[in-house]
Amino acid sequence: MSNQEKMYFNMTNGGPISVYVKDGKVVRVRPLQVPESEYKPWTIEAGGKKYSPPKAVRLSPPVHAERNRLDSYNRILRPLKRVDFDPKGERNPQNRGKSGYVEISWDEALDIVSGEIKRLTDTYGGSSITGMTSSHHNWGVVGYKMGPFSRFMNMLNYTPVLDNTDSWEGWHWGATHTYGFYWRLGMPEQFDLLEDVLKNTEMVVFWSNDPDTTRGTYSGQESAIWRQWLKEKGIKTVFIDPFYNYTNAAMDGTWLPPRPGSDTALAMAIAYVWITEGIYDKEYVADKTQGFDEFKDYILGLSDNGRAKTPEWAAEESGIPARKIRALAREWASKRTSLSSGCRGGEGGACRTAYGTEWARMMVCLQAMQGLGKPGVSIWGATMGAPADSTTWFPAYAEPRGQMGKSGIAKNKLSLMNQTKQRLFRLTLPEAILNGKEDFLGDGFCGQSLEQQFKRNIYPMEGHSPVKMFYRYGGSFMGTMVDTNKWVKMYQSENLEFVVNQDCWFSSETKFADVILPACTNLERNDIGEWAACGGYTTNAHIGNNYRVIVRQQKAVEPLGESKSDYEIFTLLSDRLGMKELFTEGNSEDDWAKLFYESSDVAKTVSWDEFNQKGYHLVPVPDDYKSTPSLRWYAEGRDVDTPDTGNPKRGTDKAKELGTYSGKIEFASESLKKAFPDDTERSIVPSFHASWEGYDSELFKQYPLQLISPHPRFSFHTAYDNHTTWVDEIPLHRVEKNGYRWWPIRLNPADAKARNISNGDIVELYNDRGSVLGSAVVTERVQPGVIHSYASGAKYDPLVPGKPGSTDRGGCVTLLTPSRMLSKNVPGMAPNSCLVEIRKWGV
Amino acid sequence: MARFGIGIDIEKCTGCHSCFLACKDEFVGNDHLPTAAAQPHGGHSWIRVKEVEQGSGTKVKVDYVPVLCQHCNSLACAKVAPEGAVYRRADGIVIIDPVKAKGCKAMVDACPYGVVYWNQDADLPQKCTMCAHMLDAGEKTTRCAEVCPTGALVFGDLDDVTSPVSRMLAEKAGKLEALKPEFGTGPSVCYSGLPKVFIAGEVLFSNRGSECASGVKVVLKDATGKKIEETLTDCFGDFTFRDLETNEGYVVNVEHVGYAPLELAVRAFASQNLGELVLKAK
Repeated sequence: MSNQEKMYFNMTNGGPISVYVKDGKVVRVRPLQVPESEYKPWTIEAGGKKYSPPKAVRLSPPVHAERNRLDSYNRILRPLKRVDFDPKGERNPQNRGKSGYVEISWDEALDIVSGEIKRLTDTYGGSSITGMTSSHHNWGVVGYKMGPFSRFMNMLNYTPVLDNTDSWEGWHWGATHTYGFYWRLGMPEQFDLLEDVLKNTEMVVFWSNDPDTTRGTYSGQESAIWRQWLKEKGIKTVFIDPFYNYTNAAMDGTWLPPRPGSDTALAMAIAYVWITEGIYDKEYVADKTQGFDEFKDYILGLSDNGRAKTPEWAAEESGIPARKIRALAREWASKRTSLSSGCRGGEGGACRTAYGTEWARMMVCLQAMQGLGKPGVSIWGATMGAPADSTTWFPAYAEPRGQMGKSGIAKNKLSLMNQTKQRLFRLTLPEAILNGKEDFLGDGFCGQSLEQQFKRNIYPMEGHSPVKMFYRYGGSFMGTMVDTNKWVKMYQSENLEFVVNQDCWFSSETKFADVILPACTNLERNDIGEWAACGGYTTNAHIGNNYRVIVRQQKAVEPLGESKSDYEIFTLLSDRLGMKELFTEGNSEDDWAKLFYESSDVAKTVSWDEFNQKGYHLVPVPDDYKSTPSLRWYAEGRDVDTPDTGNPKRGTDKAKELGTYSGKIEFASESLKKAFPDDTERSIVPSFHASWEGYDSELFKQYPLQLISPHPRFSFHTAYDNHTTWVDEIPLHRVEKNGYRWWPIRLNPADAKARNISNGDIVELYNDRGSVLGSAVVTERVQPGVIHSYASGAKYDPLVPGKPGSTDRGGCVTLLTPSRMLSKNVPGMAPNSCLVEIRKWGV
Repeated sequence: MARFGIGIDIEKCTGCHSCFLACKDEFVGNDHLPTAAAQPHGGHSWIRVKEVEQGSGTKVKVDYVPVLCQHCNSLACAKVAPEGAVYRRADGIVIIDPVKAKGCKAMVDACPYGVVYWNQDADLPQKCTMCAHMLDAGEKTTRCAEVCPTGALVFGDLDDVTSPVSRMLAEKAGKLEALKPEFGTGPSVCYSGLPKVFIAGEVLFSNRGSECASGVKVVLKDATGKKIEETLTDCFGDFTFRDLETNEGYVVNVEHVGYAPLELAVRAFASQNLGELVLKAK
């Protein structure tokens, strides 16, 4: 590159980058540029071939538009105040989402925000303030969401809003009661499964999984080549998905499209074939599982009022012919089969449907019947499981040691000192605000124990104030939660006396705030970060990458406009509240970065000065690396030997056990038997129920199409959508017509024809909850009766701003999805149980 | 002197659009004179990825075809351009001169591949330069090839047998093809696995409807009855014949011991899902 250019390192949610700057402007962003000699690729030998990754990193697609996102047309550049908001007079909460904004100075903005915080804490206590972060828009340990935000808010004794496990609900609330792994929030370990699959697996069943699109969360496209290897090796693939997904397109496998909501029935019919034909691992089932007899009775129809789960029965439910179900079951049993049921093993749209717990539990039960953990028999998302050094510890944003409010490097562990015990829950936050009360089960992410899911939280909690102020960091939930017209109503409630939103870009929620604070991106500040390592409940997530890459995130340009780093914003607010010393401990952002770095294992071999100077560090795979495939230890009756450090039984006398009550795979769940013995929905043995909103519902007569809204392909949830013109120009991401970029709505030619809809028509997707416009994509990739339109667009663009229920033309399909939870005792969201109708717009 | 080329293996392309975005990153708003003036902020796709969907029912196939300047031997664009406005360098890269080509909108329509774009503000036709300015500065690859996650799009020196493009061309020898060879422009971008029509179907036994008819022999013949290939149905009773000639007539024979054989005449005007083919028990 030109010698007038300077290169800086940085990290994104889709991989490490090199940022080139000339004359104070970013001119290009490339995948991490380091000498090839620094890469020490691993080699896996399988079938007489050697497999090694390229000496390079493969970013997630939208990250290639990082330069365009940095100076986005949707950047927030100056503090803003809603024109009809007066903290000393009329606040006009009913106009949130309607009224425009005026620019104000930072001084005025900080005065208003700190003034409101002071007024509320003085009058009602810290519990009257709530706040919540979005995910995925930036990266770093010092500056990202669980850093300064959490430190500051806890210093105020705020009421946190607990996340729901939005992408893997059924696994969190269901599979945990079958095989444990609550410390991974229900998703199975994935260590060394790439090698196991290459060496031992003969067939991969992708069930509700599109790893080429969801990419193991943060690992960019590192695993794309792995799946090419499987294809070249001739490993048979089957895709069970109502959508002919992108991985199916890339791997050209057999497509079996079930009706949404019927996946559990399909799984049960597979078990039926195995039981009646005796083609399952009887020894494993006898030794490693419990409750199989009850399960068998349910499958065979000896219980459940004689309803046998035959392939013919499942064919009625799913639309997949019985013969195909039978053939799949036999092929699965006769071949060493890996079940790829979600991008990290456990995720997938089927777990976000009514009773999605039962599907996730069935996935575990099926693989248990085939000897889960034996060579080639795994639950593997096809995005993780590369060889890696998992002993070298480095801080990650979601783990306590990576958070400046909790880490041992902090003198004041402010995030642990919050006196407020009151909690809110993201899925019912609108109800809690609107009704002033709410109760919910569990603590959001229940990673501490199985029982944590059974705890009942009551809001407002005795001795606490209802919340009156909402400090929103990010603005994605209109596009990622369910039934999101209720978020509009919530924002307009007078129960919220003050709303502040802090973000880098305008997102769907931003313009519901009274005051908007412009934050800078991590290209405009210093930090440190490891690729893909979120920490927390996904330990060692770097195994989704071909290399462990740690980067000194270097400020490439000055913050755009008047935007400031999170740390600076919270420092300025702390100062006005007389808490600056408490908040900063005298540390600058770089001081924190250095402290975090020096707390890591990497600092033992590479000094801070060396790292700071060089800008990156690649953690090599040790020469004597020993593969420890996930759950092999369990199948072979050994102590757990994987680097799943969250497993509480590691190193104890129960190290051979799983995290269930019995320590075995539970076809009949002991934990559910104890907590909810009479629950017929998430029952002791997995059970099938027709969806409360599906093809059997009364509502189907009025709305005869099933909408599925999976995670999107060309944006990371809302991040990168509607923030870069380049991504918006990808014709599969948004479709231009009449000068507007519309969200694609995919439907089958038969459904299109019946409604006189042609490809490219602007169509209205609607039900009683909402109305969304988009561009019709007429395609064979969805079956008749199914509509596919991705969730997580960043654009909410109502025709009547501020009016709940207004038709939206931004593509915010979450306006249509139901509020109803997975089942009676399972507070997870079920966006894929959604009935709609579609018609041509403007006709 | 190197002779640069690009190879694209459609079998490996996942339609991720990384090439599309990386190309924009390199050129939008960035002048790289003398080989390229800045690309405007919207509307240009110097490399675009075309989605090709074929088939119906559950026999669907989707391919992605990256399309960029083919850096042709015989330049259709040059025919309508003033002298020197478009030229082919010794290394094979075709460049539209950002100064001499000013005002020459005819080049946009002259390109049969539709990969020349009009820059309204600069009054200039523009297209892929194979990142000539980077290569001239000593870089080894183009931005599109650099970001391809599967090695579907590779770049390099055609005269260097160790270059990624030469390795791909050697590996795919005999299967290489040009995009739209009928244009006759002699492209120097090579493809493998461009979408072709297929004929697929599922075989069923009339008397064993609850089972898939796996292992059944299915034979594909040309219109004269000459056998082209035969296959056995898989565990689902499915079969597919790939890489057929569009618009040709074919005959599909299905035979199995104990069943009356089936014969179907098929015209492959597009990919065909023959649906369920039921073999009647004798």
